[in-house]
Amino acid sequence: MVSNVQANNAMMRKLVIVACGMFGFGFALVPFYNKICEVAGINNVAKADAVTNTQVDSTRLITMEFDTNLRNGLNWTFRPLEKSVRFHPGELVNVSFEVKNNSDRPVTAQAIPSWAPQVAGRHMKKLDCFCFTQQTLQPGEVRRMPLVFVIENSLPDDVHVVTMSYTFFPVEGRNGSAG
Amino acid sequence: MEAAHGHGYGHDEHAHHPSGLMRWVTTTNHKDIGTLYLWFSFSMFIVGGILALMLRAELFQPGLQLWEPHFFNQLTTMHGLIMVFGAIMPAFVGFANWQVPLMIGAPDMAFARMNNWSFWLLPPAAILLVTSFFVPGGATAAGWTLYAPLSTQMGPGMDLAIFALHIMGASSIMGSINIITTILNMRAPGMTLMKMPLFVWTWLITAYLLIAVMPVLAGAVTMVLTDRHFGTTFFNAAGGGDPVMFQHIFWFFGHPEVYIMILPAFGIVSQIVPAFARKPLFGYSSMVYATSSIAILSFIVWAHHMFTVGMPAASQLFFMYATMLIAVPTGVKVFNWIATMWKGSMTFETPMLFACGFIFVFSMGGFTGLVLAITPIDIQLQDTYYVVAHFHYVLVAGSLFAIFGGVYYWLPKWTGHMYNETLGKVHFWLTMIFFNVTFFPMHFSGLAGMPRRVPDYALQFADFNMLSTIGAFGFGLSQMLFLYVVVTCIRGGAKAPDKVWEGAQGLEWTVPSPAPYHTFEIPPVVK
Repeated sequence: MVSNVQANNAMMRKLVIVACGMFGFGFALVPFYNKICEVAGINNVAKADAVTNTQVDSTRLITMEFDTNLRNGLNWTFRPLEKSVRFHPGELVNVSFEVKNNSDRPVTAQAIPSWAPQVAGRHMKKLDCFCFTQQTLQPGEVRRMPLVFVIENSLPDDVHVVTMSYTFFPVEGRNGSAG
Repeated sequence: MEAAHGHGYGHDEHAHHPSGLMRWVTTTNHKDIGTLYLWFSFSMFIVGGILALMLRAELFQPGLQLWEPHFFNQLTTMHGLIMVFGAIMPAFVGFANWQVPLMIGAPDMAFARMNNWSFWLLPPAAILLVTSFFVPGGATAAGWTLYAPLSTQMGPGMDLAIFALHIMGASSIMGSINIITTILNMRAPGMTLMKMPLFVWTWLITAYLLIAVMPVLAGAVTMVLTDRHFGTTFFNAAGGGDPVMFQHIFWFFGHPEVYIMILPAFGIVSQIVPAFARKPLFGYSSMVYATSSIAILSFIVWAHHMFTVGMPAASQLFFMYATMLIAVPTGVKVFNWIATMWKGSMTFETPMLFACGFIFVFSMGGFTGLVLAITPIDIQLQDTYYVVAHFHYVLVAGSLFAIFGGVYYWLPKWTGHMYNETLGKVHFWLTMIFFNVTFFPMHFSGLAGMPRRVPDYALQFADFNMLSTIGAFGFGLSQMLFLYVVVTCIRGGAKAPDKVWEGAQGLEWTVPSPAPYHTFEIPPVVK
């Protein structure tokens, strides 16, 4: 019976270690997931793209409309300087957005892009974007921010209008540079 | 309990433990703890069932009649959480506590005190869940899957749900450690692994699954908690996180969890079918291998729950084919049960009715699962009532029917009395009919595009929903008959023999009915 108790305790120790290991594994999935997304090229909306083909297709025109949003009580003003632009596929397009911090303290926020139709995402290459970094604005500060992009020729013919939407989220806690 | 056994078990069991309430609070006896688990599970089944009926009452007619949409979402969420973590899982742990030591010839579970702890963690968790309805903002309404970013934005009810999940997870892990150690270290001499009853095998594999994935769930909800309160941004895109990652981590837990809820059911059915076909189980070893294959495959199919989040076609194909592969071992099992019945001398007492009902209706749920595994179809059917129909066919007609079957099968052994066979059969037929009245129309409303978790719907779905609601209330009321049958069986009834069922095999039928408080203190020898 004593040996049985010892064997049972040894078994319990092993199983507790497995359970703790799996708890750690849950957290290890986070860097693993990020690495997979990086390798597979998924989810890299906040990184600059390399443009391979800048051949301009002057036979068609694309309209891009801009949409701006603020979330989680972020007391900013956020607007595109132009509501929409028209351009040819392959053309380098440079537009600006303006943000203003209406609150009385410095605030850090991050813009997250979204677009419609979904299929356009694959053909939209951003060379520079304010969404690549967090933006920290002092009280009352106004900032003009660039978006430089190319929509490649490979965009399907039936897409004539693309909507780009940016949403600023306040970044709090240790990941935000303004505490 | 005292007077019923005379086969060398006649010593006084009641000398060893306090009586009254403290007996149940302090008990370390596997039979007492099994009973506690089963009653806890039944009461949670009633709570979750009342929530379901509140949902169905709202859905009886189109338009908003009874509840605000936000409260409706709380109801769907809490119905799911309570049924999964409060009703189905504890019921199977209750079976394991009662039956595993009896079936392998062990005197008790390996860690009797920890066993007491595993159970008594559950009522506080249940209280946390139920009281979360009454905190500001109400209970969590993020769905039982607790998807971020909903779960990172909810009120304090979400925190209570997270703590409840932590506690229930700890309870499950402790229970699993106990079960694995008992099975591996405490089998009677001669009981080799490949001689173990299939219920014990399925629980061994289930317990390993629990140890592997419950900590991952604990990790996921911990990340939600720190995102909510401690400034981390695991699931917050603005801080560099990704809400889709929550779905990956959750379903890495969630899919094995699905099998945690069905493998013990397979085990129970594999005990019942041979007993009433009066033939040994067909293909015992293939059953063991099929169970193991299902468990292993369950780790590589999780993303079929989230085909619509946007993933590369190669991943979709991988998860689609891997999912379909699971149909093979599952098919082996269904084939083996039917082959066991083939040319057997079958009788249809209540446990066998539930086992046959299980095989029939569970297979339908399995087939709709295969339909949903096909990526392009899944993208159409994602979050429709077709999915609701599918998982209720496998969870209610699967897990719950097996639990009912198991209760009827072993109840005479537990109580020493035969239950009322006529009422048992009536309970089966009412349950079976109302189950199908409730859930079969959901296939149609889902195929026609009715979204789940929405309190209102288009007029075209009105007839199907009215039918589902009528079925749901019938199903709920039928379970009162089950309670009546069980209570009258505990109170009295015809004396049950040691070997209750003519064709039943296994060590549990060698001890008197009711099973004495202490069994197998001298291990039996299995030849």
